[in-house]
Amino acid sequence: MKRRSPVFLARRGYRLRRIRDAARLLPVAGGFLFLLPILWGPSGNERRVTASDGIYIFIVWLGLIVAAALLSRPLREETDTAPAGGDGR
Amino acid sequence: MMPFNLLVLACVTYVAFLFLVAFVVERRAAAGAARWLRSPLVYTLSLSIYCTAWTFYGAVGYAARSGLEFATIYLGPTLVFVGWWWVLRKLVRIGRQQRVTSIADMVSSRYGKSNTLGVVVTLICVCAATPYIALQLQSVTLSFGVFAASGTYGWALPDTNSTALWVAAGLALFTILFGTRNLDANEQHTGVVTAIAVEAVVKLVALLAVGIFVVWVMADGPADIIARINGSAMAGWDLVPSRWAGLTFLSAAAVITLPRMFQVLVVENSDERHLATASWAFPLYLLGMSLFVLPIAVVGLQVMPTGANPDLFVLTLPLSQGQGALAMLAFLGGFSSATSMVIVASIALATMVSNHIVMPLWLSLRATGPVPGDVRRLVLLARRLSIAGVLGLGYIYYSLSGGSAALAAIGLISFAGVAQMLPAMLGGIFWRGATRHGALAGVLTGFAVWTYCLFLPSFGPGGVLPISVFLQGPFGIGWLRPYALFGVAGMDPLIHALFWSLTLNTTIFTSVSLLSFPSPVERVQGLAFVNVFDPERAEPQGWAQGKAEPEALLVMAQRILGDDTALGFFEQQAVLQGKDGYLPDPTPEFLDALERRLAGSVGAATAHAMISELAGRARITVADLMRMAGETAQIVEHSSQLESQREELTRTARQLREANAKLTQISVQKDAFLSQISHELRTPMTSIRAFSEILMEGDMPPEMIAHYARIINEEAIRLTRLLDDLLDLSVLENGTVQLNLKLANLSELIDRSLRAAGHIRPERRFIVQRDLPAEQIFLRTDPDRLGQVLINLISNARKYCDAARPELRIVVRQRGGRVVIDVIDNGSGIPRNKQALIFEKFARLTDQSRAGGAGLGLAICREIMANLGGSIGYLPGQGGAAFRMTLPLRLEKPQNEVAA
Repeated sequence: MKRRSPVFLARRGYRLRRIRDAARLLPVAGGFLFLLPILWGPSGNERRVTASDGIYIFIVWLGLIVAAALLSRPLREETDTAPAGGDGR
Repeated sequence: MMPFNLLVLACVTYVAFLFLVAFVVERRAAAGAARWLRSPLVYTLSLSIYCTAWTFYGAVGYAARSGLEFATIYLGPTLVFVGWWWVLRKLVRIGRQQRVTSIADMVSSRYGKSNTLGVVVTLICVCAATPYIALQLQSVTLSFGVFAASGTYGWALPDTNSTALWVAAGLALFTILFGTRNLDANEQHTGVVTAIAVEAVVKLVALLAVGIFVVWVMADGPADIIARINGSAMAGWDLVPSRWAGLTFLSAAAVITLPRMFQVLVVENSDERHLATASWAFPLYLLGMSLFVLPIAVVGLQVMPTGANPDLFVLTLPLSQGQGALAMLAFLGGFSSATSMVIVASIALATMVSNHIVMPLWLSLRATGPVPGDVRRLVLLARRLSIAGVLGLGYIYYSLSGGSAALAAIGLISFAGVAQMLPAMLGGIFWRGATRHGALAGVLTGFAVWTYCLFLPSFGPGGVLPISVFLQGPFGIGWLRPYALFGVAGMDPLIHALFWSLTLNTTIFTSVSLLSFPSPVERVQGLAFVNVFDPERAEPQGWAQGKAEPEALLVMAQRILGDDTALGFFEQQAVLQGKDGYLPDPTPEFLDALERRLAGSVGAATAHAMISELAGRARITVADLMRMAGETAQIVEHSSQLESQREELTRTARQLREANAKLTQISVQKDAFLSQISHELRTPMTSIRAFSEILMEGDMPPEMIAHYARIINEEAIRLTRLLDDLLDLSVLENGTVQLNLKLANLSELIDRSLRAAGHIRPERRFIVQRDLPAEQIFLRTDPDRLGQVLINLISNARKYCDAARPELRIVVRQRGGRVVIDVIDNGSGIPRNKQALIFEKFARLTDQSRAGGAGLGLAICREIMANLGGSIGYLPGQGGAAFRMTLPLRLEKPQNEVAA
């Protein structure tokens, strides 16, 4: 099946704008995930488990780094091509 | 075990190595061969000064005491960097566009270049950083102590105070040597940054090495570590929600507002794209730094005797296993963390102190008038003294507090102090309504609350504040107790202070901003900051046209930027305006660019004040403001096209006007010359004819015959010289001249020229200033022709210099593959309206022919230089007539094309 050419021609520009949105949302998501341990506080006399909490924090951390690395590539090219470029609002 | 003297030796070697790195890099950067040194990797590594000795050693202790809470110190910066598109990108762009030199400069520049704000921010930064520097000195001293306690032979540890003193002095020396080399903070400290990147690698490798040793040698891999954690006292930990969220926020705020972070993040940034790499690479670095913290803490708690200081596990754990080399590496890692932080922090603070306190003081103390003396030297001296002062303060704080354990808490206190800049800063770059009064009130409030609730109590109850204040409040007012402001008791003191200081700070900042009215400069700057990514609206100009004298501006710029840089900048601006030479018209655009350039050296507020002095007050009309407010956005787009066309036309018109003026003048000159040359030719001719007629009559005493013959001969020589000059000029102009290329020593050439020109007005005694070592350059050129130019310039100076004590300065420099020779005297120079003409043929400044030439000398010089592949020009603003010759070091082959 042949892929149809998009009706929306500025596909690349559209994609770039959404990547910028993703870059803006990333720290919000990260902040939420980092604050999440507050919510699963232990009940009663139990104490928190340091090891599993630590593993959770480090996995989220690494995930953020990977996501930022993936997003940084197209964003860097954009900074490259439009040194005084608009904000895309 | 490690003998103490071996340790000292290792430290000294390591520091010497850093010196070498910084030195070599500076050298290569100066030669323009250091592209890779400005790579995203170096940028990311330099950011690692966020991890100080406090985090290097202290994180393990922190983890041993409060479990995972230590991670918040790294989580905040991770969020900020991952979200670089929000704040960091804008900060870096603004920093580069406005040539910001420090965080105080940024805030002051945003709020109408207000120096009051700059001073306040500087003072806060110094207050917050001093204990932090003390903490670094303490950590180095403590780690020295670990080795001294374990090694019984070798030197005994000198008392800790003197260790700290030596460390502080060494750091001051390093920082002064490499941190104050360039005045322009925007020229960046390549050497220091690279040395810091090296240190960043050392500390990461050290911590990872200790971690790997602990996990895979002392324990049996990750599974074993997890089992050990579950079986230790650290198995459970208390997550205090307010501290968890508060500390994450605090560290996020600090990573933007700490002066040293701002320095490497914004000021030392050489390419915005590096930020994209740092957005993930710096969090990765932080992850690496904290990955093994928990394992080291848990194994340390199990292995080490109870009562051992967990802050030093990174050192003591390898030592207890007999791993001297590993401990040494860990020690160097900690040493690196401390030194790199102190170096950058003192550079950042010194820039702020010199730009916002010393320079304005100096400007207001001296009488109004042109800028006297060498400002560069003053600024550099101020900066050097400030570095010594900042480190001195740190040392004094360290010795006063006695290196107590209370210091350990100071890291977070320092963070909370600098975080007071956050509302003013973020408000400044995102909200156009933020005003100077608002920022000032907000920052001062936050600073006061921080001092009262956190800083002063940190000296302990009864330290600075009496115990009664803690219990009953000042003067018995209960709701003013430092740990329970407004009766909110039971909060963690740090979070309590952070909450109240930032809440009050933000509230007052926003409400005063809403109520007050900004000055025009503030509104312009606000627009430039908030709309930094919108070039249409971000380029306001605040200067009125044409009041400043370009030559006076040049003189001022030279004293701040240095001669070469200033001349280069003026030349480039003149070219942009479509003009030749070194003096652009004082258009608003040019004044704006100049102000920004100066701001890169002395800060926005000072630069603004200096230019106002010469150009009059900045004038912004209501129409300008409306244009900036963007209420006529549609017109703007259309009119900007017209504007650019108009500018193009103006530029062309200016060029035409200049060309026309030149042509008219030349035509007048040519007419004048024709009569001049006929006169010049006729006078000798007449006397030759008259005297030869007398001789023809005969019947004269022989001495009379000899006398008349001599006169005839002299007049004939004069004629020949004139014709020779004309011939020479035409040969040079046609480019048919034969160049006799060979290797020549410039110094000898100048010697010869000085001697040859000595017979001109020999009664005048010139003081000749030369730099002989700089002149030792071997040129491949035509030495006779070059000598001719030199002789001409020196003779001119001898002829025309009208100073009572004439001086001649010959400056030789090598720049890239070209040699620059300046010949400067101390006379009254050449008036501006004549500067464009002197190189034309037959031009003479004075109508009296007292100089006795036909006005061909400089025209010949210009043609010779063009034939030698170089150029000659008049150099304004040197306090006398000054000429600059530029020529290639090696002239490859004679140029046959017609010189322009």
